[in-house]
Amino acid sequence: MAKRFSIRQQTGFTTIACACFFLLYLPIAVLVIYAFNESSSVSDWGGFSLRWFVAAWSNQQVVDASWRSLKIASSAAVIATIAATMAALATTRTRAYRGLTFKYAFINQPLMVPEIVTGVALLIFFAQIKIASGYTGLGYLIAAHTAFCIPFAYLPIRARLENMDLTLERAAADLYATPWNAFRRVTLPLLWPGIIAGLMLAFVISLDDVVITEFVKSGGQDTLPTYMLGQIRRGITPEVNAISTVFLLLSVVIVTLFFFMSRKRD
Amino acid sequence: MATAAEIEKQAEAREVRNRWLLSAPALIIILLAASGPLLIVLLYSFLTPGPYGDVEWKFSTEGWVSVFLERDIFDDTLSFASAHLTIFWRSLRLAIMATVATLIFGFPTAYFIATRSERTRDIWLFLITIPFWTNLLIRTFAVLQVIRNEGIINTGLIKLGIIDQPIQMLYTDFAIMVGMVYVYLPLMVLPLYASMEKLDFRLVEAGYDLYASRWQVLKRIIFPLVRPGVVAGSILVFIPAIGAYVTPSVLGGGKNMMFANLIELQFGQGRNWPLGAALSITVMAIVMVALLVYVRNTSSSEVRHG
Repeated sequence: MAKRFSIRQQTGFTTIACACFFLLYLPIAVLVIYAFNESSSVSDWGGFSLRWFVAAWSNQQVVDASWRSLKIASSAAVIATIAATMAALATTRTRAYRGLTFKYAFINQPLMVPEIVTGVALLIFFAQIKIASGYTGLGYLIAAHTAFCIPFAYLPIRARLENMDLTLERAAADLYATPWNAFRRVTLPLLWPGIIAGLMLAFVISLDDVVITEFVKSGGQDTLPTYMLGQIRRGITPEVNAISTVFLLLSVVIVTLFFFMSRKRD
Repeated sequence: MATAAEIEKQAEAREVRNRWLLSAPALIIILLAASGPLLIVLLYSFLTPGPYGDVEWKFSTEGWVSVFLERDIFDDTLSFASAHLTIFWRSLRLAIMATVATLIFGFPTAYFIATRSERTRDIWLFLITIPFWTNLLIRTFAVLQVIRNEGIINTGLIKLGIIDQPIQMLYTDFAIMVGMVYVYLPLMVLPLYASMEKLDFRLVEAGYDLYASRWQVLKRIIFPLVRPGVVAGSILVFIPAIGAYVTPSVLGGGKNMMFANLIELQFGQGRNWPLGAALSITVMAIVMVALLVYVRNTSSSEVRHG
């Protein structure tokens, strides 16, 4: 019997799609499997072991870089989310006013410039400030990360605000709530899921950054990704696989949370 | 005495001022740590390189000249900088090839997701989103482990007796392209899916009723309808691909440089900051052209479809 004709079917599409999904996960699977390899060679399987996780954990450079990454990502994510929330409040639920389009373009500007160009620009700019001020701390990295995290944090917050009902705030105003009280008791609780989503996106984006960090960091300011890049360039050991596995796990957890939160919202 | 209209006008002015104040922190951070420094890059491209890196504050167009030309050290004659041109050509070619390849693989994948049932669609979408948000360096490193000489592809082929020497894939242009296709595929699939999700299958059905073949339906009905997604996906892949830094550094080795590696070189061993700045502006100009094409494309298609 002939298969029923489906108007949605296209010849070969399902095969290509399945191949894509398979190929998307194959390298990641190989990477994770070899993190548990007993042998120090990255090609032969020498039995299951956790030795590379232990090695990474006791490597002071890895521990330092991880803390630095977390410190930068959490500071940048928090500052970016606060700034993005304020900006979103200022750019939504209003009639068009002069400068509104400019604000949109400006907030999204970091997304449109290649990372390498931003990296170079900050290298030049911060080099001058370092000479003038003598300060060489983590502040530069935090500032750079905050700037490129703002558009990512802004997106979900703005989306949430645009779908929000104005009548509740009007009701609060009718009941003599001050603008601040109306914001704190009505707008903010409704906006909260968007803010959390923005915070998580910003955190992941900052944690993943390689290029801008590579150009902005001073000596001894490696974050986990730039440390790994250095290791990979020097030749590979399963220790990098172990670090990657932990890193992957962290990202997957955050993304899963984000995905299900945004789905529940719909 | 103020009239009602004046009071209203004042209230409106206050409102606009408050909105500027509220958006000020975001705008200032971006101005200081993203947009503003871009202007300094432009300035630096017109200065003289300093002996130990950085610049001397003397006007010079040498940075821009050496983007395309090189000066003979003996007689000062200019000729085309063939090393630079090779790198430009490689960057452009690999970026375009990666865009086309992600489209070839991404189109069927997005179509597959869009034609699933409501319930399973989210799961497939989730499977595409996960790699999108995982670290780009880790994904590039994963590709490296698969394609290197001792990786599973080569060892597998040797064990099967198909080849007896490993095929050198790592540290070639091919490796860079495979890596870019791998890391940027979700950037193609997501916008494609967004426009396919809205696809009206009654139009497809009408096509079949009029005796169109599957290929004709795909070419004449589906493809024109999802064109905005195709353009958006291509732009989203092309822009990071032309400025790619991590993929060529990890998979291309030291020899197969792209734009970003050439720029990095000028700020490191090359000690030619003005040239590095001029190269950065060049990459940005290419990206701006791509964005303009995108904007013109989307606005004209909106007009056409009403």
